[in-house]
Amino acid sequence: MQEFEPKIVAFVCNWCTYAGADLTGTSRIKYAANVKIIRFPCTGRIDFMILMKAFENGADGIIVSGCHPNDCHYSSGNFHARRRWIVFRNLLNFAGIETERIQFSWVSAAEGLKWADVVNNTVKKIKELGPNENYKKASVSAEVNEEGASHE
Amino acid sequence: MNELIKIVTQLLSDKTIGVFIGYEKGSAGRTRALFARNADQAQKLICDDTCTQNLAGYLLKPEIKKLGRIGILANIPALRSIMQLASEHQIKDQSLLVLTANSDGSLTEFCDFHSIEKYLETSDVNITSGEKEMIARLESMTTTERREFWSREFEKCIKCYACRAACPMCYCHRCTTDVNQPQWIPVASHEMGNLEYHLMRAMHLAGRCINCGECAKACPMDIPLNLLTYQLIEPIRENFGKTAGMKADAVYALSTFNPDDTENFIL
Repeated sequence: MQEFEPKIVAFVCNWCTYAGADLTGTSRIKYAANVKIIRFPCTGRIDFMILMKAFENGADGIIVSGCHPNDCHYSSGNFHARRRWIVFRNLLNFAGIETERIQFSWVSAAEGLKWADVVNNTVKKIKELGPNENYKKASVSAEVNEEGASHE
Repeated sequence: MNELIKIVTQLLSDKTIGVFIGYEKGSAGRTRALFARNADQAQKLICDDTCTQNLAGYLLKPEIKKLGRIGILANIPALRSIMQLASEHQIKDQSLLVLTANSDGSLTEFCDFHSIEKYLETSDVNITSGEKEMIARLESMTTTERREFWSREFEKCIKCYACRAACPMCYCHRCTTDVNQPQWIPVASHEMGNLEYHLMRAMHLAGRCINCGECAKACPMDIPLNLLTYQLIEPIRENFGKTAGMKADAVYALSTFNPDDTENFIL
């Protein structure tokens, strides 16, 4: 049987992690190709609804990454984001959604190596967890429902 | 009870207030909200232990606001709602006339927000032991069991938005639920859409919920959705030292930060 290749979506901030991921590439460091990077102005811009939509559209895992504390380009975006994630993780856990599927990290523009590690470790972890079945089941029910509605 | 009618009649007659929000006997032995605009209507006011609804949910409704200065009979959840709405700059100090019924039946009138804060300091604002137990039971489950529990509950949801309508903190003119560019919350009532709706609602109320339980009481399908927001009260108090609805000048936990906030999950 073919090995499960997880789909990972990475939401990264423009100023640190995106540049960090760029450095990984220019340094010719190889890392797992499962990740699709989406650039945001700041981690403070990454609304929790965006993460939920990523899961809904078939992501098996999510990486959220931005500037280290005190390094935010907008001085406090990542501090606000950190508070939000503390609360959001609590809520996800209480609602029975595996919080292990969302990896948060701080990766600076100089940490090309750390980015490769974060991606590789996340891919490894999600491979162990397997496909995001719970969410996929719900998505399928949504599709059937919406198709049914449009054919009426 | 007579004292309340006397006070409100006086307030309405001398035009100190334009409307008084209290309780009256409804049909089938129920107690419902009363919006008294004149002395006659004020005679229907009651004040007993069936008066549990959080009336603060009506304070920001345009059709109530246009009736003039509002007087309100507020219980503890309503007082907390008023504090939270004040901290969100939705209500000005002195703009309301707030009465509360004490446990001994006497009435207290609050002259300003500060006196409400003082009153709340000595009141019981915690969630009930039954609710605590329910949360503890859910927390002791495995993730999959919890997921199944909520899946069964959300399956019942018919997306009537009664929870949103009943919530005193849901006053946005345009709710995320109504946004269709992009369509954050699917309109149809299916498992995914219901899950997203309820998580969105809980997240938008995190740190603002004053545990009045109106959402769960309003739910026609009996979903215990108040637990979602109640569960977040303790972590927010522990992590950020904030409790909603206690201070009129409080800062919302998620709109501020502390450089020393700690977590254990960010690499």
